[in-house]
Amino acid sequence: MEACGEEVQVKLLGGSTSPYVLRVRIALALKGIHYEYIEENTQNKSELLLKSNPVHKKIPVLIHNGKPVCESMIIVQYIDETWDTRAPFLMPKDPYDRAIARFWAAFIDDKLLPCIRAVFRGLGEQCQKAVEDTVANFLILEEALRTNLCFSGKAYFGGDGIGFVDIALGGTLAFVRALEKGTDSVLIDAEQMPLLSAWMDRFCEADGVKEVMPDPVKLLEFICATRVKFASLPAAN
Amino acid sequence: MEGCGEDGQVKLLGMAYSPFVLRVRIALALKGIHYELIEEDIQNKSELLLQSNPVHKKIPVLIHNGKPVCESMIIVQYIEEAWGNKASNFMPKDPYDRAIARFWAAFIDDKFTPSIWGVFKGVGEEQQKAVEESVASLLLLEEALSGKAYFGGDEIGLVDIALGGLLVVIQTIERVTDSVLIDTLKMPLLSTWAHKFCKAEGVKEVLPHPAKLFEFLSEIRAKFTSPPTGN
Repeated sequence: MEACGEEVQVKLLGGSTSPYVLRVRIALALKGIHYEYIEENTQNKSELLLKSNPVHKKIPVLIHNGKPVCESMIIVQYIDETWDTRAPFLMPKDPYDRAIARFWAAFIDDKLLPCIRAVFRGLGEQCQKAVEDTVANFLILEEALRTNLCFSGKAYFGGDGIGFVDIALGGTLAFVRALEKGTDSVLIDAEQMPLLSAWMDRFCEADGVKEVMPDPVKLLEFICATRVKFASLPAAN
Repeated sequence: MEGCGEDGQVKLLGMAYSPFVLRVRIALALKGIHYELIEEDIQNKSELLLQSNPVHKKIPVLIHNGKPVCESMIIVQYIEEAWGNKASNFMPKDPYDRAIARFWAAFIDDKFTPSIWGVFKGVGEEQQKAVEESVASLLLLEEALSGKAYFGGDEIGLVDIALGGLLVVIQTIERVTDSVLIDTLKMPLLSTWAHKFCKAEGVKEVLPHPAKLFEFLSEIRAKFTSPPTGN
């Protein structure tokens, strides 16, 4: 999409298989922001990426009027605060609700995602253990949906509409689903996690989200091909 | 200090030597918020802690009018927003500056803090690697500080609190492990900043006693370096 009009210049350096990039694409789509998408090859990073994110050299990077913003959930907050008169509002207004939203986004980044990564990279027993850890963390999120006063009874973590935590978790869904197929495991179990499963279906069908979801076939191909590479590496310490 | 009155009821579940708790104490002090400090025994966590932070069971936890907030930098942002009208303000107004502040706070937590623990817990080559990683991170922070008095500009901000809370622990780890992390020659700006930060109003009153912190960390360090007694 061409970057034009009041946004002046919005670019997103991304990758089609990254859940972190997907989070940003979802936020931009929900806010109706036009941007230029630049697909990066992580094996051969562009000068622009290395210049824009010299500390981590990672995608996503949002470049707004020439100024780079890094780290997916920091980018999502930036989008919400910059386009602050444009619905939907991704962060709640109340300071306590904001703290709760940040807590669960941090949980997803610090606890859940490392386990998902371990499932992706792991083989045999290591993979199995990582699957168990991932399921345990999803169960914690199920419990939060069930009992936390900020979330229970609502359509999304953000309330009636998609919010910060929905994006943090929702960005990972396509990857998680493909990973389940690629490793022949169940991470989001509909029976054990009825609320999370219902939320997932709702999220994936939402306007703004469904248009940016990656091709599940290509994602599965990527996961399987990469896992073959991991399997052929010498055993890690 | 009683946590009551115009600020509501404010309790902080903490521990004397935790740099994460210290971050919150600094934020509360800078805003002039009265609170009740409850010292937790990590080996024997209170019902209140387990109930207030069931997911991580960790300190610090801020309990404001009965509602718990967890994770030090999330608590600091909460303090900033819940008492938004009280000086001083830790976050810039401009969304881009806010994104940069959050970036460095995240860098300190995700990259820098693990390498500091690596220095503290490690021995031999592993420790040396952790020292090099810590120094590399500090050099990036030195660059980020550039010409300013504080990361937050003229006043203490989010990143100052994130790094500043760790300062005395870093300095003590340097002594306990006989390593140099904040090198005055390589990091002149950061060294000046560290000195200024520790003397600032609000900060100096809440810093832990250096001799006691040294004793506390030395005891723990001894466990990592003593030879194994059996497998």
